[in-house]
Amino acid sequence: MNAYPALAVRGATKRFGAVLALDDVDLEVHHGEVLAILGDNGAGKSTLIKCISGVHKLDSGEIEVDGVPASMASPAVARAAGIETVYQDLALFDNLDATANFFAGHEKAVPAWLPRGMRWMRRRDMARSSSELLDRLKIRLPEKASTVGMMSGGQRQAIAVARTAAFASRVVILDEPTAALGLRESRQVLDLVLRLRSEGCAVIVISHAMDHVMEIADRAIVMRRGRTVGEEVPTPENRARLVSLIVGGEV
Amino acid sequence: MHDIQTTDESGESNVEVPRAEQQQTADPGSAAPVGPTARDNEVSVTKLRLVGALLVLLKLGPVLILLVLVLVMSSLSPVFATSQNLGNVLSQSAVIAILAIGQLLVILTRGIDLSVGSTLALSSVVGATVFGSTGGGALTVAAMLGTGAAVGLVNGVVYVYGKLPHPFIITLATLSIARGLALGISDGQPIRNMPGIVTDIGGGSATWIASWLPNSAFLVALVAIMVSVFLSRVVWGRWIYAVGGNPEGARSLGIPRSAVLVSVYVCSGVLAGVAAIVTSGRLNAGSPTFGDLAELDAIAAVVIGGASFLGGRGFVSHALIGALMIGVIRNGMNLLNIEAYLQLIVIGVVIVLAVESDVVRGRLENRFRVMKGAAA
Repeated sequence: MNAYPALAVRGATKRFGAVLALDDVDLEVHHGEVLAILGDNGAGKSTLIKCISGVHKLDSGEIEVDGVPASMASPAVARAAGIETVYQDLALFDNLDATANFFAGHEKAVPAWLPRGMRWMRRRDMARSSSELLDRLKIRLPEKASTVGMMSGGQRQAIAVARTAAFASRVVILDEPTAALGLRESRQVLDLVLRLRSEGCAVIVISHAMDHVMEIADRAIVMRRGRTVGEEVPTPENRARLVSLIVGGEV
Repeated sequence: MHDIQTTDESGESNVEVPRAEQQQTADPGSAAPVGPTARDNEVSVTKLRLVGALLVLLKLGPVLILLVLVLVMSSLSPVFATSQNLGNVLSQSAVIAILAIGQLLVILTRGIDLSVGSTLALSSVVGATVFGSTGGGALTVAAMLGTGAAVGLVNGVVYVYGKLPHPFIITLATLSIARGLALGISDGQPIRNMPGIVTDIGGGSATWIASWLPNSAFLVALVAIMVSVFLSRVVWGRWIYAVGGNPEGARSLGIPRSAVLVSVYVCSGVLAGVAAIVTSGRLNAGSPTFGDLAELDAIAAVVIGGASFLGGRGFVSHALIGALMIGVIRNGMNLLNIEAYLQLIVIGVVIVLAVESDVVRGRLENRFRVMKGAAA
């Protein structure tokens, strides 16, 4: 395991016009750790992860990946640094199958001297890799050949998470991964998160579901009005304290 | 039972309950609800199969309709099934098929290309003019394909980089401009004579196999195979589907969305040039009136054939089947002496049915997904 945190954010500040969306926020997440970011709507959670994944640019503050300073100028830069984000809309292609979704934009194809788009796809290669990935993450799909549009919410979420796992070497960020899911499907996604952790990924989860946070997160930070207002190990005993931090009451 | 179809949650609970009960049937407390819920579960599995079967039927629909059409026409008209007439159907469908394959590429990206009929006319006039002044066969073909590519490039570039909300308007504009240019260049008159290579492709037949088999049918087959392989095996083809399935997602994953969009309009334009070769070859002329309303036939063929008008779903086979359906309907009704206005009405009705079945398919898929999520 690495001595440096997989991802460290220091003094992150972001303004949208007159609104101070992030105010001197610090955050660290280590390899093999699940960090939950809690907070009410408008607390700045989404802005924070968008700054980390290169969608927004910080006004001031530093981001370090494995101890190396990085400027997240665009989503592509963040991905190249090993940070993958699953947003709530999942960015899946409903008209393509699971394998095509995994490799969308990263298709395995030959020959290398041709421009990327003109290469011949290695479809069996991609199918094999996708089976291996699904096995490794213990994701079961009824028919791998069917399009993702035909799959259930949990399967879709699992595919989106698995896609990040396939290409993320360091940090996986999940925005409300269980928000739209039923009980059993949430279970599958939570298991998947734990498996990513055991593989050494650093995982950042934004969630409103306190039960899920207690179950999978090693640490939780609470944000309110753009500031970090507390950090706790989420346990049932701490639950009341976390909730009061989120809503802003006194303990 | 209604709830299963509308929400994930209730579908979930519907299966959860009997499962839990199977494990604890000894518990008398849970005995009461076993009957109804277990039966509901069975019904939902039957329904799942039913919906699945309906989906398969809808997907096969266009092929089945084409088969039925062919059978009905052959039984109603003794002439229909003759090889001579089938050759006619193929050659009449060739132009629609080629345009429809180009249109398919555009529709896969959620777009539309209204300009292909006018592009065909412009391309044929340019070709006839080039042949008239130079006499070069290869040069004529290159000019015709180049004209198509140029119109397509204008469509794609203005749509993408002009940040238009939809390609409808720009292709409507080039529909008008290309027709106007064709009329201007030709002075409104057909220009006689095309090079041998063009007349062979458009008007010749494969006498070495069967005299009734038109060469244009082979050209269609060649184009179909090339585009089909491109779509299924080449990365760019996969990207066309990705852009159609989720334009924003494609961009965020590093797929060059703008270039993909421009490329499909260029392909559609080039194929309009190919269709111009077939048309002007058959009639040995270039004319500004060629391809009138052909864009509508091409769009209709794609939709009737079973590709989704909403983008992302469809294969070359859909365009071919749709083109053949239109060809068979036109040819058959001509043979049966049915008046032209009725043909228009029939094709219109078929279009409505096809689009409606696409919508129904989308809803069934959604329901199938929810039910499967519940039954998984």
